[in-house]
Amino acid sequence: MRWLRSIAREVIRLFVDDGSFAIAILAWLALAAVVLPRAGLWTRVAGPVLFAGLAAILVASVLRYSRRSR
Amino acid sequence: MHFGVAGLESGAWTWLGTTVVSSFLASLVECVEALTVVLAVGCVRGWRSVLAGAAAALALLTAIVGVLGPALARIPLHRLALVPFHVVQLVVGALILLFGLRWLRKAILRSAGLVPLHDERAAFAQKAAAMREASPGSIARWDKFAFSAGFNITMLEGTEVVFIVLAFGAGGAGLLLPASLGAVAALLVVAALGLVLHSPLARVPENTLKFLVGVLLSAFGTFWVGEGAGLAWPIPGSASPDLAIPCMAAAYLGVALFLVSICRLQARIVGEEN
Repeated sequence: MRWLRSIAREVIRLFVDDGSFAIAILAWLALAAVVLPRAGLWTRVAGPVLFAGLAAILVASVLRYSRRSR
Repeated sequence: MHFGVAGLESGAWTWLGTTVVSSFLASLVECVEALTVVLAVGCVRGWRSVLAGAAAALALLTAIVGVLGPALARIPLHRLALVPFHVVQLVVGALILLFGLRWLRKAILRSAGLVPLHDERAAFAQKAAAMREASPGSIARWDKFAFSAGFNITMLEGTEVVFIVLAFGAGGAGLLLPASLGAVAALLVVAALGLVLHSPLARVPENTLKFLVGVLLSAFGTFWVGEGAGLAWPIPGSASPDLAIPCMAAAYLGVALFLVSICRLQARIVGEEN
């Protein structure tokens, strides 16, 4: 049973390493999926806005880790 | 999007090729980690038991995939009223993004020197030492420690490979086969190199692979989520929306390289201040 638990843990770790990073991604995806399709005038840039949010989460997470580790 | 054997849609080759390559590279990283442990155990405790353990795990995984794989491939998720295709795109896109951005973040931190690089030689030495301590003295013909170590690591990394294949293969009907082919190719390449070299594959640029796969997956995941949510891309009318994928891959790569530079610069400034 121990290896089953190890496998379950490793499978979860495939997707979630830093909890706050994963939560931020999911929260932004949920917000973007609900708000951006209704954004009217912003329709043409909705895709890039989705990308920009994810890139910002990546930047914030890496810089926070960098500050903490110094 | 559906990719049949005949009559590939426009842009389908991009999806098929990227699926095979991404699955191959991601699986390669997992297979190299499994090979390191199998080699360490085999060198210390003999090959028979560890290879039997690895073969047993591979047989079990093959049986599981053999039963579940065709069933999954036949489920036309996009035709089920209960699961609209855009929901499948959203869920698969979110999973691919979690996986891809996590790899990209880790690769950036490693490239910037904030997290140590994964060292296959160190992992080999550590496992070999653990195996020597597990049961010192004479080693039985059938060694349960070696069998269990071979079985566990192959099952563990193999399950990760299965999930990688499912994550890539679920992106569209007909993508499961290319994703599986990529993973099988990675297994064969690593097994062949292990047989020939008999040493850990320390020269495989694991972090570069994770960097590339992270960039590709992040671009794919963002596109899937965007498509699932019905978002538009600023692509000229006559061009395929798939064109957004290479553009986003280039943008993710730019952001990642910029972050590596910023983190290295910060480290230099802190070093000079101290």
